[in-house]
Amino acid sequence: MLRYLLNKIALLIPTLVGITICAFAFVRLLPGDPILAMAGEHGVTPARYEELKQQFGYNLPIWEQYARYVGEVATGDFGVSISSKRPVLEEFKTLFPATLELSFFAMIFAMVIGIPAGIFAAVKRGSWFDQSLMGTALVGYSMPIFWWGLLLIIFFSGYLGWTPVSGRIGLQFFFKPITGFMTIDSLLHGKWDAFRSALSHLVLPAIVLGTIPLAVIARQTRSAMLEVLGEDYVRTARAKGLSAGRVIGVHALRNALIPVVTTIGLQVGTLLAGAILTETIFAWPGIGKWMVDSIFKRDYVVVQSGLLLIALIVMAVNLIVDVLYAVINPRIRAA
Amino acid sequence: MTQTEIAPMAAGSPDRLTGLKTFWHYFSVNRGAVIGLFVFILLVLAALFAPLLAPYAPDIQDKTAFLRPPAWQEGGSTQYLLGTDPVGRDILSRLLYGARFSLLIGAVVVTLALTGGITLGLLAGYFRGWVDVAIMRVMDLILAFPSLLLALVLVTILGPGLFNAMLAIALVLQPHFARLVRAAVMAEKSREYVVAAKVAGAGHLRLMLATILPNCLAPLIVQGTLSFSNAILEAAALGFLGLGAQPPTPEWGTMLASAREFILRAWWVVTFPGLAILITVLAINLIGDGLRDALDPKLRRS
Repeated sequence: MLRYLLNKIALLIPTLVGITICAFAFVRLLPGDPILAMAGEHGVTPARYEELKQQFGYNLPIWEQYARYVGEVATGDFGVSISSKRPVLEEFKTLFPATLELSFFAMIFAMVIGIPAGIFAAVKRGSWFDQSLMGTALVGYSMPIFWWGLLLIIFFSGYLGWTPVSGRIGLQFFFKPITGFMTIDSLLHGKWDAFRSALSHLVLPAIVLGTIPLAVIARQTRSAMLEVLGEDYVRTARAKGLSAGRVIGVHALRNALIPVVTTIGLQVGTLLAGAILTETIFAWPGIGKWMVDSIFKRDYVVVQSGLLLIALIVMAVNLIVDVLYAVINPRIRAA
Repeated sequence: MTQTEIAPMAAGSPDRLTGLKTFWHYFSVNRGAVIGLFVFILLVLAALFAPLLAPYAPDIQDKTAFLRPPAWQEGGSTQYLLGTDPVGRDILSRLLYGARFSLLIGAVVVTLALTGGITLGLLAGYFRGWVDVAIMRVMDLILAFPSLLLALVLVTILGPGLFNAMLAIALVLQPHFARLVRAAVMAEKSREYVVAAKVAGAGHLRLMLATILPNCLAPLIVQGTLSFSNAILEAAALGFLGLGAQPPTPEWGTMLASAREFILRAWWVVTFPGLAILITVLAINLIGDGLRDALDPKLRRS
């Protein structure tokens, strides 16, 4: 197992190097002068220009610049945001929990509905439920989620007036973050009305972000379940006279869930890409909106480091999924 | 089949005919796929004949009709069937012209991604060794970033605009093709027919393009269809974020972006462009499912 893990990590090294090269190259590929680009719209005096050139090391040969960049990143120095003047890593740390909370609830939404629906569709294969579920799943899979979000706002916020249009929590609530999850923090502080506010802000974005994963999980669960239901051991379990519930819930489901777990893990990239759109629509203060805002503010230090940090997260999650998969399924380890 | 029936066709066509027949047989079993194909054909027609079908030019503003609701709602008129946008342009006309952009985006992106992916996948799978390692590491790298994020960053470098958005999306989608082709080439390479061709004296290029590639086409066609719909979605997302097609281009995502601030006042300016995206993407995905059933026995739906 350790060998498998080390092997996996070794394979990631080229990708890791590649990610840093991409982030490093990004600022240098921008049209025009990188320092002027990073200085933003205000521009700089010639003296300040030279100073910045020294500071960023643009007078050094390119490979030395890269080595310097990797050294900075490795020590946790991701630069300082041009627009807010705060360290990028610090901003990331305050914003990331918002994205995490949103993604977490989106995934819960997707799993709680997707897995049972997929199982039921497989068991009742060919029924109207199966057909309409697969139809709905395809619609969900084809959904432009930025539009879906706007539709939900029109209906639930505009027409029914049930949920707020944007933000994470009502402005009147303020408390010290403990976990960074508004829903949990408000409960820890014992503020029920704050919890309700946080939850009502969270519902629509979580549904929007969870829609595509829901469709993928429902489809994947159904097909995994169908495959497993045709296996000999399931027939044996049935022949032994076990109840249908036990055959499906224990014998079939446990095996069917293996590919589903992988699918869920692989949705992380989709989630982060979706978070860019979802957070923009709902003005959710997470890293997706942060990236888009920074692109428009031309705060390229943030874009560069955000790109790097997000890629690192995706990579780490994929590694965890690989390892989990090997834990559940010993056959993988041998290969 | 008798000789007289096949006589008018070119040599080798009986195989082709039965191949097409089998294909259509499997494809048409999937009712959704046929519906998808039908909708897609309608879209192509709408795109081709947009100037004839559209009641107005897409950029003509009627200063007396801002945010006019659709015909069936109070305040609407048959003059503007789906209503007008905040600057008084006919939404129906803009949607019809928008179909051109979406289909163009899909076609261009898939062509670019397919060409790049096939080339790189063939090289990697055929030559293996360091060529393979180098190409596939770069592909892994591209896949390490969430696709939309990478497309966003690329567009930031290239500058906003429809063509740059298409380039960025093609680059992001291209590793899927490279991986598919590489896997298929590796599977086919040691088959007897390839060895036979090699013994017969076929060169590298001929082996790659004429001998091996045609046998990898089925999964490529399926992936190409899925990428077509993905490209439309991503381009619309970029347009929505303000980095794709720029206003006043009647691209559907861009239309949504400029309609955003009016969502609570005028539901139609938001609803119709999004619906157009959804219908197009859904139709293509339905076709993709049907193609998978028809072309790839291994992937055939259980």
